[in-house]
Amino acid sequence: MTRKLDIDGRIIEAKDGEDLLSACLTHGIDVPYFCWHGALGSVGACRQCAVKVYAGPDDKEGRIVMSCMTPVADVERVSVSDPEATAFRAQVIEWLMVNHPHDCPVCEEAGSCHLQDMTIATGHNIRRYRFDKRTHRNQDLGPLLTHEMNRCIACYRCTRFYRDYAGGRDLDAFGAHDNVYFGRAEDGPLESPFAGNLAEVCPTGVFNDKGWSQDYARKWDMRATPSVCPHCAVGCNILVDQREGRVKRVQNRYHGALNGYFICDRGRYGPLHVVSDARLRAPLLAGEPATEHDACAVAHAAVAEGAIGFGSPRASLEANYALQRLVGPERFFAGVSDAEAAMVRRIVALLRAGPAKVASLADIEQADAVLVLGEDLTNSSPRVALALRQTARGAERDLAAQKGVPRWLDPAVRTAGEGRRSPIMLVTPVADPLDDVAVMALRRDPLAIAAFGADVAGVLGGGTARDADAQRVAGILAVAERPLIIAGSSLGVAGIIEAAAALGSALGAKARIALLPPEANSIGLALLGGGGLDGAAALLERGAAKTAIVLENDLFERAPRAGVERLFAAAKSVIALDSMASETTARASVTLPVAPFTECAGTFVNYEGRAQRFFAAVPPHETAPSAWRRLDAFGAGDWHDLDELIGDLIVERPDLVGVADAAPDADFMMADGQVTRAPRPYSGRTADDRAGQFADAVIPVDLDGPMTFGIKGARGTAVPPALITSYKTSGQHSANNVTRFLEEVGGPLRGGDPGAMLLKRSEAALIDAPPSGPVTGEGLLLVLLHDAFSGWELSRVSALLAARAPAPRLLLHPDDAALHGLADGAAVLIDGRLFAAPVSLDASLPRGCVAISAGGDAPRGPLRRVRVEAAR
Amino acid sequence: MSLSPAIKTAIAQAAANHGGPKAAMLEALKLVQEAEGWVSDAHLKEAAQVLGVTTAEIDSLATFYSQIFRSPVGDTVILLCDGLSCYLCGGDAVRDAVMQKLGIGFGETTTDGKFTLINICCVGGCDRAPVALVGPERKLVGPLTPDALDALIDGKAIGGAR
Amino acid sequence: MSDKPLTGRARADRQPHSLAVWRGLGGGVALTQALKRHSPEAIIALVEAAGLRGRGGAGFPTANKWRFMRLGAEKAGPGPRYLCVNGDETEPGSFKDRLLMEALPHQLIVGATIAAYAIGATEVIILVRDEYRAAAAALTRAIAEAEQAGWLGRDILGSGFDLTMRVHASAGRYIVGEETALIAALEGERPVPRHRPPYPAVSGLWGRPTTVNNVETLSAVPSIIENGAEWYQSLSRTDEGGTKLYGVSGCVARPQLIEAPMGTTGRELIELCGGIRGGRALLAFQPGGGATAFLEAAELDVPLDFTHTKQAGSSLGTGALIVLDDQACPVAAIARHMRFYARESCGLCTPCRDGLPWVAKLLDTLEAGKGTRGDIDLLHQHVALTGPSGRSYCDLNTGALTPLRSGLERFGDIFTAHLAGRCPVGRA
Ligand SMILES: Cc1cc2nc3c(=O)[nH]c(=O)nc-3n(C[C@H](O)[C@H](O)[C@H](O)COP(=O)(O)O)c2cc1C
Ligand code: SF4
Ligand code: FES
Repeated sequence: MTRKLDIDGRIIEAKDGEDLLSACLTHGIDVPYFCWHGALGSVGACRQCAVKVYAGPDDKEGRIVMSCMTPVADVERVSVSDPEATAFRAQVIEWLMVNHPHDCPVCEEAGSCHLQDMTIATGHNIRRYRFDKRTHRNQDLGPLLTHEMNRCIACYRCTRFYRDYAGGRDLDAFGAHDNVYFGRAEDGPLESPFAGNLAEVCPTGVFNDKGWSQDYARKWDMRATPSVCPHCAVGCNILVDQREGRVKRVQNRYHGALNGYFICDRGRYGPLHVVSDARLRAPLLAGEPATEHDACAVAHAAVAEGAIGFGSPRASLEANYALQRLVGPERFFAGVSDAEAAMVRRIVALLRAGPAKVASLADIEQADAVLVLGEDLTNSSPRVALALRQTARGAERDLAAQKGVPRWLDPAVRTAGEGRRSPIMLVTPVADPLDDVAVMALRRDPLAIAAFGADVAGVLGGGTARDADAQRVAGILAVAERPLIIAGSSLGVAGIIEAAAALGSALGAKARIALLPPEANSIGLALLGGGGLDGAAALLERGAAKTAIVLENDLFERAPRAGVERLFAAAKSVIALDSMASETTARASVTLPVAPFTECAGTFVNYEGRAQRFFAAVPPHETAPSAWRRLDAFGAGDWHDLDELIGDLIVERPDLVGVADAAPDADFMMADGQVTRAPRPYSGRTADDRAGQFADAVIPVDLDGPMTFGIKGARGTAVPPALITSYKTSGQHSANNVTRFLEEVGGPLRGGDPGAMLLKRSEAALIDAPPSGPVTGEGLLLVLLHDAFSGWELSRVSALLAARAPAPRLLLHPDDAALHGLADGAAVLIDGRLFAAPVSLDASLPRGCVAISAGGDAPRGPLRRVRVEAAR
Repeated sequence: MSLSPAIKTAIAQAAANHGGPKAAMLEALKLVQEAEGWVSDAHLKEAAQVLGVTTAEIDSLATFYSQIFRSPVGDTVILLCDGLSCYLCGGDAVRDAVMQKLGIGFGETTTDGKFTLINICCVGGCDRAPVALVGPERKLVGPLTPDALDALIDGKAIGGAR
Repeated sequence: MSDKPLTGRARADRQPHSLAVWRGLGGGVALTQALKRHSPEAIIALVEAAGLRGRGGAGFPTANKWRFMRLGAEKAGPGPRYLCVNGDETEPGSFKDRLLMEALPHQLIVGATIAAYAIGATEVIILVRDEYRAAAAALTRAIAEAEQAGWLGRDILGSGFDLTMRVHASAGRYIVGEETALIAALEGERPVPRHRPPYPAVSGLWGRPTTVNNVETLSAVPSIIENGAEWYQSLSRTDEGGTKLYGVSGCVARPQLIEAPMGTTGRELIELCGGIRGGRALLAFQPGGGATAFLEAAELDVPLDFTHTKQAGSSLGTGALIVLDDQACPVAAIARHMRFYARESCGLCTPCRDGLPWVAKLLDTLEAGKGTRGDIDLLHQHVALTGPSGRSYCDLNTGALTPLRSGLERFGDIFTAHLAGRCPVGRA
């Protein structure tokens, strides 16, 4: 339902139940604001969004209201330009500037600062306050964020995001009157893995990305490129800022169905792995630097001897496809353990079979009952956990709505909702950061989790449960209108995925499901097919091939060491193509550097089966071409550019035709020419460009994407959603202006959210899963603890995140510890190798498990048992 | 020195009486202050732990309320009213006299640690203006005159500490 | 039947009675009558007929407020409901609730219990400002006595009505007295005002239906029950029922608290206080505490009730008269208020947080004779831009600027005279 509003004579259609500010902003009507935020709602603190409203046609006086606090239902006629409202808004800015330092020249935020935008928009330019400014002390908030408290304008967005939205409890508001300030009780890193969003949520320069802050550039001096986070399977959309070929920072890129306004810290800081010391910049021969010519000669000769290929869940679909074309489908392997490869293929099959529909993050937030099987979401797929925190508030919103409180009046919703929570039920092996919003938090060992899920499915199918908890969970899911099941591969148990799918079937079409594979392109890799490592080793051992090509993959991360060693032993040569140095590249016969995701274009397929294109943020370097170009040179195809490769791919694989629709082709043009990565350069060159040294004298060519590196081109709201590089429109330079690009606040981007869904519902009946093999090894079940910041291969080498990595942990139930003669703090051997951390006793851990930090010492793989004993 | 077991019990008790740990945060702060005179960082943390809230959460309240002292105060706290009614009855002269006698300004503590002087507005004693609240009972004294201060400050008018 | 139903039973030394004595004075009659003879609706009707209006400052008809609570409770569904008693009294010039809590705790407890019965509250929480230690102690003791006597707890006096009551001691901050901030304070949140709607009657303390009433409002309730609406109404000189506790302070010979018929004039009240101190002339008075506009000699005969005071361009507020004589400088007076309000802003909304301190500094500068014409223009601009209410989040800011607004209107020449470099009024 909509209603008509007269805004300064212009008639707009506003959605019933909306607030007046949102209605204005989505219709392109500029009303200045600070505290309002599309995801955080209205609080009415800043008083910047004042407008005049009139009671009816006869009302000549009108009255000033805050548009963010006014339901559209309360008004018919509005004036934004009314002189009294205009004067009031100008005064509000002047008040805010009373204490705000005039430090724009040295402020990182300048140039894309919401406060600057609003100050200019409201016309405040003469300083009349002539007394001392109030000052605050800054805090050290850890390696990720700066704190410049004097810049604060007290919009409370930081605490509203950090506490209310993201569930963090170590940041708060302090003090009163004109001495309110925001921070921690004492110095120290912000605990929340979503803290990085403060850099964007804050409308001035209080919180900023610390890494960027040390080497910042003005917005108009940087080129921004749409990209996709490579750090987990969610596929959050990001913008990569670079200057002079160096990646500077990552920011959120709005996606209505996925990340919305926020990404996690792994996604924000992790991609800086591309500027880390671990970048591979020159070819290696047997681990030693070599020339491009020599390395290529050796590689070509080895390929000619007959090669198999290992794809990678972190390489693009295109690079994997190129490898598959080169070696042939029978010789293409997934570069992960057999178990993982099978599990992800199975996820694809289950999602195709239905009946439960795959849940986007937006869908997740709409669910009214959720069962999470096995995944520690906050640490494995953090953005999903952030979505679930909103899901939990559904019941509170319902009660508030019953009391007449609109959804956007967020603080009122929080009280009117009386603390009600929609049922979120967690069944995980270790204490979970989401426990605080869960109505049930059950601890089970990985095998028991699969059994529990199956049990619940059994109850839903009419059986009775062995487990009273399962009975309760089934009861809650059965009555839900929008039930949701979340599971994934983190524990390496195929049965958990099967149980989740069985639950989806039992609940039927009303259910949604999210099955999370481990990596950004796990699904893309599985779509191409191919078994795991173990089968490949057998093939090499039989002599069917001599060479193994490893694409963007440190195999030692992705499969148990013994299997990888077997492979290295069986292959005559190993050719590694990677952007990052690893044990695999060090031990390969030949290593050729390739472009990281910031220097090439490609497609990742996320957990939903959504194909999303990332583009080169930095012009590709000739010493590190796209991986597919290297493979092309080996004879994989005859591709001039990415579009040609995709053309071959979709001919060969008609089911993947959607890949071509993930983003416009490279020849896409608008009336103003190609879409440009550069924001509108009002000032042309800046002081930093030094006279005569125009970086853009020769504009680099990007063959593989439709965007130019030049400063001229198309921008703005008409640009296709997949190519948005900036939310700037005339006069508004800050990312707060994203609202202009949305169909409605919090809704999809105008023109549709980017990406193409690849997984079409299949008609064919689902074949039963092969029975999973027995759990190998002896001893305790191994549970890998992932870490939100540093839980993954590439995020560990991002310097900022490495500084945030927790010390490794090893958890044991006290009874198991006693059984093994281990006291709290004892040093431990795991399968004979000394583990990096001593024992911590944790009575919440189920019996029969040992939980250890994932990482170098503990590669991924199927669930296995390990021997745990005291180190002497 | 950490908080006494008795105070910790009282804090836990407050959570039961006030509708939960969060609603008891202020009461906890008051209990700490009553016992210690002020709320140190260490005690703040302890109180937070007893309630199961974060230090930030309890400090957020502590720094809001004007009568929770987050820095040390003297043995006797003098809250001198600086409201209009007291001003109209000669409050400024009393203020100047107190400051001169104690040698401190508002928000300061005498070097011997005996007195802390704090300005406060309108303490509901306008019929006895100018007034001050003194000591742990917040005993209302007034009408004050510059001459009558000696009695006040020499401790005869006030019993007990803080 | 006393003509001082609020304070008539107080001891001269302001010490509280014991419950036994209180009962002996007839202090329990209202409770028995209310719970046994009246339905909740009947009590609300009685309070309405008595013309009782809220004494917390805004003068909102108490019966209407109680009815909203019953409506709100329907929307909110079953669960606890709260009555919060506002004993935060921090308005400059106000010292009435202190007496009612210190000396007459049982009267308040009975009044609150009757109100709770009328609105269906299950718990009463009395918030007392930190500085009123004696009041909090008296109330705590009286509540314990009342529990003992069966005046509180389960099945009160066999009526089937259950109620618990407790004291919440605050810790200094004027804003806590704003009703939604008070609710936040009780929840353990930062005591920052909340938006209305939703009104507390629908979603108040912990999201449950809640009514906030001032101490004086509730203290008046027992006498209405005991003696009837007509009697209460007749105590007043105007249409607004009852007596009012006026507090007179500042430049009068004997500042004091006076319970007098609603609608007593400023002239009479000042005379009861022995006139202007030193026999000097009146410059102006604030009729209702720091946040009310000045009146002058011409308005000395305005009946001080909510309606007439408003008609005269000010408001009754808390009934705290602050009297300025002809040697008091209005700029200095307003500066005192402004420093207070600036300091007591909760810091949520911009006009109050950043506007008031600026205004306070401008006034200090002006008072010190260091101001400029531009400073006076800025004062005018603040007054013009920050009213009427609704531009800041709550009414602290609106109230804070009220004396400045009226000061500039009435004493503009004195403001300007300060530009000569010193205070033009006799006494600094
Ligand atoms: C800034 C501010 C401070 C207030 N302080 C008090 C107070 O100390 N005591 C009080 O009873 N009402 C105070 N009020 C009024 C309350 O918000 C509320 O209207 C009142 O308690 C309702 O009680 P009543 O209906 O019985 O008058 C204040 C209002 C504002 C805006
Ligand atoms: S006017 Fe604004 S800042 Fe001032 S007390 Fe009210 S809400 Fe807080
Ligand atoms: S945006 Fe409306 S008050 Fe801040």
